[in-house]
Amino acid sequence: MLSFILRRLLIAIPTIILISVFVFALQKLLPGDPVLAMAGEERDPDVLEFLREKYRLNDPVPVQYFTWIGNALRGDLGISLRTNQPVTELIASKLPVTIQLATMAIIFALVIGIPVGIISSVKKGTVTDYVANTVALSGLSIPNFWLGIMLILLFSVRWKLLPASGYVPLSEDPVKSITTMLMPAFVLGTALAATLMRHTRSAMLGVLKSDYVRTARAKGLRERSVVLKHAFRNALTPIVTLTALLFGELIAGAVLTEQIFTIPGFGKLVVDAVFNRDYAVVQGIVLVTAVGFIFMNLIADVLYVLLNPRLRGQ
Amino acid sequence: MEFSTKMHEKTDGTGTDPLLRIEDFSLRFQGHDVCVVDELNISVSAGETLCIVGESGCGKSVSAMALMGLLPKDVIDIPDGEMWFEGQSFDLTTSTLDAHLRGNRMAMIFQEPMTSLNPSFRIGDQISEAVRRHTDSTKSEARVRALEMLHRVGITAPQQRMREYPHQLSGGMRQRVMIAMALVNDPSLLIADEPTTALDVTIQAQILNLIRDLQDQTGMGTILITHDLGVVAEIATTVAVMYAGQIVESGRVADIFDDPQHPYTLGLMSSVPRLSGPRARLTTVPGVVPTIANMPKGCRFRSRCPFASEQCAVRPALIDIGKAHQVACHHAPLEQVVSVQ
Ligand SMILES: Nc1ncnc2c1ncn2[C@@H]1O[C@H](COP(=O)(O)OP(=O)(O)O)[C@@H](O)[C@H]1O
Ligand code: SF4
Ligand SMILES: [Mg+2]
Repeated sequence: MLSFILRRLLIAIPTIILISVFVFALQKLLPGDPVLAMAGEERDPDVLEFLREKYRLNDPVPVQYFTWIGNALRGDLGISLRTNQPVTELIASKLPVTIQLATMAIIFALVIGIPVGIISSVKKGTVTDYVANTVALSGLSIPNFWLGIMLILLFSVRWKLLPASGYVPLSEDPVKSITTMLMPAFVLGTALAATLMRHTRSAMLGVLKSDYVRTARAKGLRERSVVLKHAFRNALTPIVTLTALLFGELIAGAVLTEQIFTIPGFGKLVVDAVFNRDYAVVQGIVLVTAVGFIFMNLIADVLYVLLNPRLRGQ
Repeated sequence: MEFSTKMHEKTDGTGTDPLLRIEDFSLRFQGHDVCVVDELNISVSAGETLCIVGESGCGKSVSAMALMGLLPKDVIDIPDGEMWFEGQSFDLTTSTLDAHLRGNRMAMIFQEPMTSLNPSFRIGDQISEAVRRHTDSTKSEARVRALEMLHRVGITAPQQRMREYPHQLSGGMRQRVMIAMALVNDPSLLIADEPTTALDVTIQAQILNLIRDLQDQTGMGTILITHDLGVVAEIATTVAVMYAGQIVESGRVADIFDDPQHPYTLGLMSSVPRLSGPRARLTTVPGVVPTIANMPKGCRFRSRCPFASEQCAVRPALIDIGKAHQVACHHAPLEQVVSVQ
C-alpha cells in the first residue's frame, strides 16, 4: 500500500511541474503591466524601474520561473503586489474557509445524491425514477448564481432565517459558522448532488444485475439488505472516487458562489488578484489548487484500492 | 443438535407425496405472446434427483429462477400455475416463493461460480449471513455452522478460507463455497443450474460427486439442470426433457435412456452411445431452438422434427405411455423407428 502511494506521488511530480510551467507562462503572456497596476498614479520611470528590480521582473523569464518555483518549494510564494502580504499567508488564511464550504457542500451532495440515486435505480422505469431524474437534471441546469440569489431572497430577505452573506470562523462560533454557510453550501451541494445521483444510479443499475446480487436474493435476504449491503457496497467504489474528485474541484470552483454570498474564501482571493494583476497571488493560488486537486486524485486512487479486496492485497 | 431435529421435520410428511410438485406452470416475458415456460409439470421426491435436460436457450434457467422467485418482477407477466412444496400449496399466480423458504428450505446454485459470490465480502461472512437470516443464531454460532459447512464441502483449511475473499479462490472452490452457502440451512430441495458447465472437466466430476454425497447424507431432493447426458445417466432418478419451454418427455432415467419416445429425445440420444458412455453435448439435432419471438404454432419441435406431419400443427398433449413415462408427440410411441436422421 505504502509503495503504491509513493509510486502515485512520483507520478504526480511531472504533472505538477507541467502545471507550474503552464501557470507561469500564461501569466507572462497576459496583457497588462503589473508594475503599472501597482504604481497607480505614479508614472516616474525610476520608481517603476525600482519596482521591477524589487520584484525581479527584469530577469530573463526562465530565471524568473526557477526563482519562483524554487521559493515555492520552500513554502514562499512571493509577496502580494497589492497587499504586501506573503502569498502563502494569504492563501493559508483563506483555505480553511473554502475547505469548510467545500466539506459542507459535499455533505449536502452525499446526503441527497446517494439515497436518491439508490432509490431511482431500484425503482427504475417508474414514476419515482422519472421524477428523480428530472429533478437531478434541473439541479444540473439551474445556474448556481440564480439558486443562490433565490435562496437569499427567500431565507434572508423574506423569512429572515439565515444570514445572506458573510463568514464566521468555525473556531469562533461553530453554530453560527455553520448556519452562515448553509445556503452557499446547499447551492454548491445541489449541483453536485445531481452528478452524484446519476453516477450512483448507473453504478447501482450495473451492480443490481450482477450474479452475486442474485445469490443474495437466493439466500432469501431481505430486499433492504440485498440493495443496501450487497449491491451498494459494490457500487461504492465509483461513488467514492467521484466524491474525492468533486471535492478537489469544489476548492477551485466555488468562486462564483463565494462572490454571491460574499464569503472571504479562495474565490474572492482569486477574483481580487486577477483584477489587480496580482501575479504572485494568482500563480500561488493556481499552484495550490492544482496540487490540492492532484492530492484529491491520489486520495481517490487510494480509496479505490482500499475498497477493492482484490487490489488491497497486492 | 438443532440441525438434526430439522432434518427430522424434513423427511416427515413427505410420505407418498413428492417434496415438490409443479402443475401447469406457465410464464411469459412482458411484451411477448408466447410463454417462455409453458405448462411445466414436474415433481421431485425427497432423496431423488430430477434432471432437466435440453439445449441452451430451452428455458431451463428461466424455469429454475422462476421457482426460486428470482426473476425480476418487471420483466415477467403474472405467471400461472400451482406448486406444492413440503406439503404446502402455493398459488403461483399470486405469489412467487416466500422469501423465507428461499435459501432456507429451497436453495439454488448457479452456472457462474466466478461471479456468484460477492467480491466485497469475506467467504465466512457470506455463508454465516445466510444462517443468521433464517435462524436466530448468534454471530459466532452462525460462524461455527459456516465453518462446519465449508469442511463438509471439502474445502481445505476452512478456518483460513472463512477470512478470504472470493477472488482468492479457484472456480471449483467457489462452487464449493456456493454449495456450502446453499446447504447451510439444510434445505429439503436443492436446485443446481448447470453447476459444472463453467468448470474444468476434472473439477466437474468432483463437484457432481460432492452434490451426490451431500444428497445421500441429507436426503434432500435435487433438481439438476444440465445439457450433459452423461451426467444425467450417472445421477438422475427421473428426467424431464425440455424443448422450447415445454416438457416434451419425462420419466424414470431408464425409460428415457432405454426407451426414448419423443423425436427430440431420440435426437439427443443418438449422440450418447450408452448409459455409461462418454459425455456428449447436445449438438446433433440439426437446427436451433426457436426463440420466443418466432415460435412455431402447434408442436414447437415441428421446425426440426423429421417425423413432422399435418397433425403436428396442433399442439400434442403430454400423455402417459408407460408407468411414470410421459411424452408429448402425436406420433408416439415410435417403437418401430430405429434411428433418427
Ligand atoms: N429477461 C429476459 N427477457 C426476454 N427473454 C429472455 C430473458 N431471459 C431469458 N430470455 C430468453 O428465454 C429463453 C430461455 O432462456 P434460459 O432459461 O436461459 O435457457 P437455458 O437455461 O435453457 O439455456 C431464451 O430464449 C432467452 O433468450
Ligand atoms: S408432434 Fe409432430 S412435430 Fe412434434 S415431435 Fe411429434 S412428430 Fe415431431
Ligand atoms: Mg441456463
